[in-house]
Amino acid sequence: MIETLAFYLFATLVVASGTFTIFAKNPVHSVLWLILAFFNAAGLMVLAGAEFIAMLLVIVYVGAVAVLFLFVVMMLDIDFATLRAGFMRNMPLGLAIAVVLLAELGMGLGAWHAGGLQLGVADPATAPQAGLSNIQSIGALLYGRYLFLFEGSGIILLVAMIGAIVLTHRQRTGVKTQSIWKQVSRRPADATVNTRPAVGEGVQI
Amino acid sequence: MIGIEHYVAVSSILFVLGVLGIFLNRKNIIIILMAIELILLAVNINLVAFSAFLHDLVGQVFAMFVLTVAAGEAAVGLAILVIYFRSRGSIAVDDVNRMKG
Repeated sequence: MIETLAFYLFATLVVASGTFTIFAKNPVHSVLWLILAFFNAAGLMVLAGAEFIAMLLVIVYVGAVAVLFLFVVMMLDIDFATLRAGFMRNMPLGLAIAVVLLAELGMGLGAWHAGGLQLGVADPATAPQAGLSNIQSIGALLYGRYLFLFEGSGIILLVAMIGAIVLTHRQRTGVKTQSIWKQVSRRPADATVNTRPAVGEGVQI
Repeated sequence: MIGIEHYVAVSSILFVLGVLGIFLNRKNIIIILMAIELILLAVNINLVAFSAFLHDLVGQVFAMFVLTVAAGEAAVGLAILVIYFRSRGSIAVDDVNRMKG
């Protein structure tokens, strides 16, 4: 009972916040609605018994991606009113495509209900192991059977990070910076000199 | 346990919302990127729901890889957005023709 109630709460909230994400006038509000959608989707995944993915969703999406969006939206000085100019003009086409797509997806669900479709058969080798928690089972799978895919995803992240840095880095000219090599390679003999000036003759600079 | 069709219905609605968002906000690339994140979220919900329903963890592992690609895509997309704004002073993407493609 409480599970059903929680499911419908999370489902309603995720759909509502997704709607507000695309319809909000202010992109900052859009990002905040997107964060709410991620939280509720994480709730749905907890209900399905996938705690690890749910936590990952909160940490990676809310903690990194959504904050990145927020940074960019607030950093760029954009006139958002002009960007919304075609919103109403695109509405009929967008709604038509959305209705068609939803009808197709609904037809797929109906075909499964009518018994015309068979779901895939699970591989017993990758089933959750008895006595182990969700995260332990995933870890055993990820560091064993899917090790190379796991490392490949690490390489994808590395390439994305280097790409983002290379794209946004700019060499600024005309700024004074330290030259560490020149500072370190300076010898005392080049910089200081011992003199013994006579009294009353002043010093040479 | 909630039936699989409820999860599929929620993720279908979320997917369609993402597609609708791309069509409605054709000029604003920030909202387009957010709509793509919504679509990937719908796919993830679907993968996790089927993984739990069929007792097969591959769906959750694959959802993790989708998450990885989504994070990389967001980072590179926003970097391109920042350099585009730096050179043009606007992010209206419906008149992008710099590369004459």
